[in-house]
Formats: sequence, structure tokens, C-alpha cells
Amino acid sequence: MFKKILIANRGEIACRVIKTARRMGIQTVAVYSDADRDALHVEMADEAVNIGPAPSNQSYLIIENILKAIKETGAEAVHPGYGFLSENSKFAEALEKEGIAFIGPNVKAIEVMGDKIASKKFANEAKVSTVPGYLGVIADTAEAVKIANEIGYPVMIKASAGGGGKGMRIAWSEEEVADGFKSSMSEAKSSFGDDRVFIEKFVTEPRHIEIQVLADGKDAIYVGERECSIQRRNQKVIEEAPSPFLDEATRKAMGEQAVALAKAVDYRSAGTVEFIVDKDKNFYFLEMNTRLQVEHPVTELITGIDLVEHMIRIAAGEKLSLKQADVKLNGWAIESRIYAEDPYRNFLPSTGRLVRYQPPAEGVTGTRTVRNDTGVFEGGEISLYYDPMIAKLCTHAPTREEAIDAMSEALDQFRIEGIQHNIPFLGAIMEHPRFRSGALTTGFIAEEFPDGFSGIEVTPERADLFALVATYVNELHAARATQISHQLPHRQRKLPEDWVVSFGTDWSQRVKAQEAAGGLDVAFLSDEGEVTSRHHISSNWTPGQSVFRGAIDGQPVVMQLERAKGLQGYHLNYRGSSANVVVRTRRAHEFALLMPEKVEADTSKLLLCPMPGLVVSINVEVGQEVKAGESLAVVEAMKMENILRAERDGVVKEINCAAGDSLAVDEIILEFE
Amino acid sequence: MKEIVRQLEERRQNAKMGGGQRRIDAQHTKGKLTARERIELFLDEGSFEEFDMFVEHDCHEFGMEKTKFPGDGVVTGWGTVNGRKVYIFAKDFTVFGGSLSRTHAKKITKVQDMAIRTGAPVIGLFDAGGARIQEGVDALGGYGEVFTRNVMASGVVPQISVIMGPCAGGDVYSPAMTDFIFMVRDTSYMFVTGPDVVKTVTNETVTAEELGGASIHTTKSSVADGAFDNDVIAMTQLRRLIDFLPLSNVSGVPERPFFDDPNREEPSLDTLIPHNPNMPYDMKELVLKTVDEADFFELQENFAKNIITGFGRIEGRTVGIVANQPMVLAGVLDSDASRKAARFVRFCDCFEIPIVTFVDVPGFLPGTAQEYGGLIKHGAKLLFAYTEATVPKVTVITRKAYGGAYDVMSSKHLRGDINYAWPTAQIAVMGAKGAVEIIHRQDLGDAEKIEAHTKAYEDRFLNPFVAAERGYIDDVIMPHGTRARVARALALLRDKELENPWKKHDNLPL
Repeated sequence: MFKKILIANRGEIACRVIKTARRMGIQTVAVYSDADRDALHVEMADEAVNIGPAPSNQSYLIIENILKAIKETGAEAVHPGYGFLSENSKFAEALEKEGIAFIGPNVKAIEVMGDKIASKKFANEAKVSTVPGYLGVIADTAEAVKIANEIGYPVMIKASAGGGGKGMRIAWSEEEVADGFKSSMSEAKSSFGDDRVFIEKFVTEPRHIEIQVLADGKDAIYVGERECSIQRRNQKVIEEAPSPFLDEATRKAMGEQAVALAKAVDYRSAGTVEFIVDKDKNFYFLEMNTRLQVEHPVTELITGIDLVEHMIRIAAGEKLSLKQADVKLNGWAIESRIYAEDPYRNFLPSTGRLVRYQPPAEGVTGTRTVRNDTGVFEGGEISLYYDPMIAKLCTHAPTREEAIDAMSEALDQFRIEGIQHNIPFLGAIMEHPRFRSGALTTGFIAEEFPDGFSGIEVTPERADLFALVATYVNELHAARATQISHQLPHRQRKLPEDWVVSFGTDWSQRVKAQEAAGGLDVAFLSDEGEVTSRHHISSNWTPGQSVFRGAIDGQPVVMQLERAKGLQGYHLNYRGSSANVVVRTRRAHEFALLMPEKVEADTSKLLLCPMPGLVVSINVEVGQEVKAGESLAVVEAMKMENILRAERDGVVKEINCAAGDSLAVDEIILEFE
Repeated sequence: MKEIVRQLEERRQNAKMGGGQRRIDAQHTKGKLTARERIELFLDEGSFEEFDMFVEHDCHEFGMEKTKFPGDGVVTGWGTVNGRKVYIFAKDFTVFGGSLSRTHAKKITKVQDMAIRTGAPVIGLFDAGGARIQEGVDALGGYGEVFTRNVMASGVVPQISVIMGPCAGGDVYSPAMTDFIFMVRDTSYMFVTGPDVVKTVTNETVTAEELGGASIHTTKSSVADGAFDNDVIAMTQLRRLIDFLPLSNVSGVPERPFFDDPNREEPSLDTLIPHNPNMPYDMKELVLKTVDEADFFELQENFAKNIITGFGRIEGRTVGIVANQPMVLAGVLDSDASRKAARFVRFCDCFEIPIVTFVDVPGFLPGTAQEYGGLIKHGAKLLFAYTEATVPKVTVITRKAYGGAYDVMSSKHLRGDINYAWPTAQIAVMGAKGAVEIIHRQDLGDAEKIEAHTKAYEDRFLNPFVAAERGYIDDVIMPHGTRARVARALALLRDKELENPWKKHDNLPL
């Protein structure tokens, strides 16, 4: 076995690999860019080597720098993680030449599978079912349009070297092919240094289901499937294992094809064969990822297999110690990818300091398991140079329903401040009836959230829950306030019992709160003062805590709360819903109703920078007439080029920045007349 | 007796209606509450005891004797906020537009006098049309009586003014002499002379909002310490503020139960200071992670943002926080920041509120605008205020403490009690670049030498050690332990005794 390995990656995956290596008694070497010198993976590793400036194409993607770090530290093997150099055959070759073990597949497998055109030809030969498409290299836009017309719409344009949704576009028309071809090429170039793209038929109502394989160059087994249909713009958001869609026969058929493909390339290490599955359970080979997948923890949770350990053992020359019959699927696991993005503002990336980062406690409680793979820490930085993923929160339970419930609860305990994050959105998906029913397709998010996300509507039951938690929290704050020193002698303030809880402009509830054994009795009253329902809340919550844990009428409730600044009230978050809940005395509530609503400042005539980023281009001039939907400017953030489009027709009055400028969020890019 | 009680009830009902239902409705239509409604909202339920409900004016000019309303345009009295006594007067816009008469002024001075005598804050709610012209010099005299009490009460009991409608002419000077002024957005304005007079005299055309609205006074003039969206929020927040304030200069700070561990560690603060000394960071994060439950009542939030001032609690007891804000102008001290902080420090000192200072200051702001604007004297105000303050003073230098600004920011030399520095502190006369250019002027043409000199300077001076070696800081503390160390220092200093030499009063560089 190796004594020391180097992890040629960063973030959560580097930390994940280090954990297994440490358990196996292997020393670890981290590499880091200038932006990552305080990163968690650097802290966790036994040694760390700086490999260059922040941009990954000057650090994590430079093979020579990694080789230098290997020499410096005497590492015997390299785990590439995912992304970066993980599927770069040149890297694997370079390691081979230096006599360093690559904790990943053989060069041939990477080369064949790494090129999507070659891999498809290969899969056809190995009798793996594939999607119709054009496999050649496409020369220009005109050819792209011609090919797309032949295949029939919709088509998908993809980077030959790509993965993870980068450089991928779906086109429904000739214009979109033309547009998408160009941007796909430029994104492929900047992300992978390879601008080849190809086009294939886009299967509608598809599910994304992938098979995990483990192989040692001779033997190969499949380790169950993962369903990754919940994607936003081809970026996976929620994954689960097993798939709620597969029956044993389909699972076996897919697994056997995957194994056949792996064997055909003498596959060695962990790999993933991705399929598109249509509603009739026809499945088509999509691609094989010759690396550890981001979502591998769900497989680990339902099989109890440490995939990284097997990768390391196989790379060290050990034979695959598992037989197909050893793989047993147990229970259900869900993974939520927590991204630094603002779900309320069209998921724009958010960067900055993690002022608060408090994930839910990991471990086993009863039949439920919580696992959180992360590469960040409170006080750390989400930098604009890398992937915006903060953490992968996983839950496991005996059934899908319970795993989802566990996820809902874990999400509600996850506290992140300082940057925007998608936890409310993830919470909303967990609560979505269609998600719960398992009727998934890769179009789920686009179909169910066609106009973006604005929080799930607060149902009457939730409104009651919000009201009760707010009443409890308010009661404790108010009760504490009555304990202040210097009060008139013998005249300590008595707490009022009559309150009105309200949020928004049209929801309010009269409540009567009374301390009772082990908590608070709260009666809901009609406007006339008649009791309409009685509730009991118990909790150990004390002022200052940002997560409320307690029981309402005996049912456990977990909710996030924050004291609203400048308002009497609390910002509550629960399972994808949020509300600013105000608790006032009855009289104060009456007065509040007299107050006029404040009108928000009009920003419709401005184009504001939606995220911190770099202006790539300004595509209009002063005085130019623009039509709704026309591209106004391109801002780059998180390596993604974001095209900012006109929301309505107008005439450009003033432009406040130029290409190359670095902008903060909400800075004015241009103004309309 | 029965008849008298009936009459009393009738007169009370009558008085409570102020200027009548029509005017009350008009007030509501404008998005404002009436004086009595505001008081009801501000004080503990049922705690208001009204004085002088039946007072009427005694003016006989211009037929005024025919129009009288009980209360005469101002509601006065006392009550409690969370059981603690406060005095209050609220201008009643429904009666003579809340205008000030001789008797109206007498009602105000009565509560002011009571407040001074019994040691409790005075709250004034303003929503009025200025002097009652018909009263002539009697109204002016009335103003003067109120002003005198404002001055006598200053530093004895906290005085707070909330502008909740028009406040112009003579009416503005009483608030101006109180400790804090708050305004209500969109419904209040405050100026010495209104838009009409401005137009006549200077030919400027401005609206009341542009001339003296909440946004002007919280961002440009710094007359107001804060603004709220409406009357209800204003009264709620005023209650929150009162909970931070001592009743008087001899009462001591209020204390209430706390649930936040004084020894709470914040590992994230160890990474608050960026590697690059020219990168900003948000000092408010340190403030919020230091005080109890992240509850911080910020004052002058939108003015001179390069310095942060406000109240927090540590172990349930009020502290005043002053902190340079590197996010704005690198946290530099300019005239505005110096004035803002000086006034806050003096308030804390008046009322025995300990001061916690967080320092990251690159110096004073250079330039003609600053020098012509009297930066020397404005800067001296903060220097003066910190020096004369005898309350417990705990200071933490997080990063830069350069030049004269180092001295100013509650340094040991100004009788700072406990002065800590983070390991990232750089206590020096100036940054490396500037220092090297002066000390090694002869090498200016030689980039290599300058670089070596700069490195040498950084190594020698840009750390906490030079100051620590001299005892100018008491200890170097880890950022994650800041709350615990500050809390412990404050506990140590609770019984601090320090008196300045007897004087009639000092001569602050105004």
C-alpha cells in the first residue's frame, strides 16, 4: 500500500479523499492555489504545496506544477478527485512516465471515454444502446445548423471534452443552434482547453440515471445506480440512490451493459456510466465518467462501500475485493448540492466570506444518517475562481420518504450567512409533491419552477407554524425584557397576553400566550376573541439562537430564524418557505394597519450587475434602441459568462462601465431613458 | 362628588379627543398616528400617567380666547418602558397644529424639571408647526424655557427626540440639544427655515423632503441619528433603544439576563483580516460577533460610514461600541467620522457606559477639502472626547493603527484601561511605503533598495510587538477569543474609579 498520496484537487472532494486516506493510514499531500492557502483541504492534509496563482488554468490545471509537488513531497500516487485533471489522459500519461500511480483508470479508458465522440463509437461496438447523433467534429456554425436540422429538434450541443454541464447547450431552433454553438465552443475552450463540440438528439422526458462501476482491469462489478434527474441547466442539484424508477430487471440490464463497457476498455478504478432513460424505461448510453463522481456519497450510503478506498487499493495493484453478489442496496440516500447562488435572483452566483457556516450535525440518529461533505468552514471564502458548490448534504434512511424528511430537517438546520445559497430552493424541492412521488425527469426544475424561484407559498398549516414559533420566540424576548434592572419598585412589568402575529400585508392571527408546564400554551383567537384552536409549544430555545428546535403539539419542528433588522419581528425559514413574521400587541397591530405601505425604489430603468463579476463586453451603445431579450452586456463570474438581456424595449441613456471593469453586486451597468 | 366625577370623565374624554375626530382622521390619512397613540405605543400598556390634561392657553390676542382646547397642543406625562420610568411629551398636531404657546411650553418644562429631579430620560415626539404666532414673544420665551431645561438636563438624563411630522423654526433647537434625534421616513422633515423662505432669500427651489427629510439628515447633515419607516416601527425601536440606556448619569447601566456565553469563541474571526493589508473587510462582523446575541443598535448608520457607533450588550450590560470600518474609505478618520464618534463617546462617558473600541485606522484623511473643513479641530474632538472619558475603556487593534489616529483611537496614552491587539495588528507611524520614502529618500531611484527597505520596515514595525514591548498594549490576543477577553476586561473594570480635576467645564474644540 502507498505511504503517501497527493490529491490533485481542492474543496470538498480533496477533504473527502483525505478522510479515507487517513483512515487507511496513508499520508496526504494537498496542493493549493494562492486563493486557497487557508482552505480546509490544506488544513486537513499532512503536507501542502502551493501550485500557483488563483485561476485554475494557472494552478490546478498545470500538470508540471502537480508533478513538481509530487517530486517535492515524495508522494507515490495521485488522486485527481473530479474536474480539473481527473479525466485528462495527458496527466495520467505523465504520471505513468514518472512511475507515479494514478488513482483512477488506465490511460486507454480515459482517452476513449474522455472523448464523447470516440466513446460513442466505442459503445456502439460494445453493443451498448446509444442516442442518435452526429459524431464527427463540426467545423462551423453553418455545419452545426445543417446537422441539427438533419437530426431534428431539439438537439443538444456538447463539449467533446466536457462534463458537469459546462459548454453544454440545448437548442430548439436554428438560431439557438447558431448561438449555442458559438458559446459552447468558447466555454469549452476556457473550461477544458479544447473547443470541439458535437450535436445529438435531445431525448424528451428523460431521466438521468447512472451506474457506478468498480473494476480492477480484469473484473468489473456495478455498484447500483444513482438518479440525477433533478438538474438546473444541466447542472445536477439533487441526486439519489437507488432510483425510484428502476425495477430489478432494468437495473440489472443497465448494470450489465455498464460492466461490459468497462471490461471492453480494461477499465481499472471507479467509474460511472451515464444513461438517459425514457418514460418506457428504454435507456441510452450517454457517456462514461472515468473518475469519482460528485454524487458518489449516495452510493456509499446505500452500499456501505467506500469507493475512494477501493480506488486507492486498485491503484496500488490490489485485486477488486468485491464480487457482484457482495453489493447489496440498503435503504435510500439523497444528496443535495448546496451552491453559493441566489435562488431568488435567478440563481446568480454569490461569492464572499462565509460569515456563518453551521451545517447540521453529522452522524447516525436512530435509523437516519446525515453526512455532509464540505471543503469550507465558517470564516472561509467562497471565491469567484472555482465551482460555487459549498457542500454536499446527504441523508440516508430505510425508505425514500424518510430520507427526504431527514433531508428537509437537515436543510432547515443548515445555517449559512454572508453569501446567498440555494437551501430554500432545495427545501422547496424536498416538499414538492412531484418530487416526493418520484415522477422525475431532467426537466423537473424547468417545468415546476418555470419563472424561477420565489419561495414556496405559505400554506395555512405553515402560516400557523410560523405564527406559533414566532409567538414562542417573541414571548421569550419579551419576558426577558421584563427582567431588566432599575424598574419602579414593586411594579415589575407584566407581560401582555394578547398578541397579533402577522406577516405580509394580509395574514394575521390573534393569539393568547400563557406560560405553561414545560413551555407555552398558545390559543388562536377569532377577531371576536373566541378560542379557535389551542396549541402547546415546548423548546429549549433561548434568545440569540438561530435555529429553533422544539415540539408543537407534540410534533417536532425545526426552523431557522433571524431577528429582523429594523423591524419588530423575525425572519423564519422552513422547508422552502420564508416569512418576515411580526408579533405585536393587539393595540400595536391596530396602529400598524394604519401605516401606509412603503413603495420600493424604481430600478426598472437600470441594468444592475446581478452578481460580483468582470465585465466581458458591453454590447450596446448610448442612444441605441434595444428590444426585450436583446443582449446588453456579458459579465463573467465563477468562470461562467452570463449574458444580461433587456427585460423590455428601451433606449440606452448612459453606460457606466466598460469591458474589463470589475463590478460589485447591484452596481449600475447602464441606464435606460 | 358624583357630579364632579361625571364632569371629570367628560372633560377627560373631551381632552383625549385633542383637536377632534376630523383632525385625528386627517392625521391617519397622512400615515401618522396621533400624539396619544404614539405614547400608548411607546410606553408599557396602561402605564401612561398624563399631566396637565386640562391646561388651556391664556392668549387674548387675535380672538384666540374663543378657541381653546384642553391640553393646548402637547401631551405630557410619564410612564414606563419595561418597567423603567421615562418622561414624555408629544406634540399634538390636531390641536393648533401642535404649535407652541406659553402654556404649552410650561407643560414641557414641567416634565423636563421632573426628569432632572427624579433621574429619568425625557422623550420628545415632534409633529408641529412651530411657534404659535398669535402668542408673540410669549412663545419665544416659552422656547427659551424649554431650551434652558434641555441644557440643564444634558448629561444628567438621556434626552431623545423623534421627529414624526413637521419640525421647523424654533422647534428644531430643542431636539438639536438632545442626545439623539430620530426621524420617520417620508412623513417628517426638519429645518430652520422652510422652502418658501429659502426661495425668497437664496432663490433655491427645494421641497421640504429635499431640504430636511429623513434621508438628508441621516446621510448629509448628520442631524438625525437614525430613521424609521413609520410611526409604529419608530416607537418599537425607541423602546429597544431605551432598554440600552441608563436612566440617568448616576443610575448605572441597565442589566438584564443574557443567554449568550461570554466565553463564546468565534474561530471565524481568525480569518477576518485578509492577507492583503489593502483589502477591506467588514468590521461589523466583529462587532456583531462580540456583543450579546448579535444585538447591536447602530447610530448614524448612514453617515460617516468609515466609523461605526452604537450600543450593544456584553453579559447583559450596555456597552458603547466605536469601530473603524475598513469597508469605507479604508476606515480613515475624517472630519465627519471624528465628530460622529466624538459625540458618541461623550454620550457614553456622561452616562457611565463603558466604551469598547475596535481599531483599524490608516490615519487621518489628507486633502484640501479636509484641511479647509477644519479637520484639525474635528479630529481633536475625538481625541478630546476619548481622553476626558473616565468610563471603562477597552480597545482592540485588529489591523492598522497608524500615526496620530493610533493615539486618538482610545490608546493607552489617552488613559485606555485595557488595550489589546490581534496578531495582525500593525502599530506604527505610517505604512511601509510612505515611511520608506521618507526615511530612505536617498534611495528613491533604486527600486531594489527600496524593496529591501520596505521589507525591513514591515518586518520591524508592522506588527504588534513594538507597541507590546513598550507596554502600549497590554496583551496580544487571538481574534477568536475577542468576546471572552473583552467581557472579562469589562468585568474587571466594573468598579473603575477615575476622576478628572475639578473644573467648571472643559473647553472642547468646537
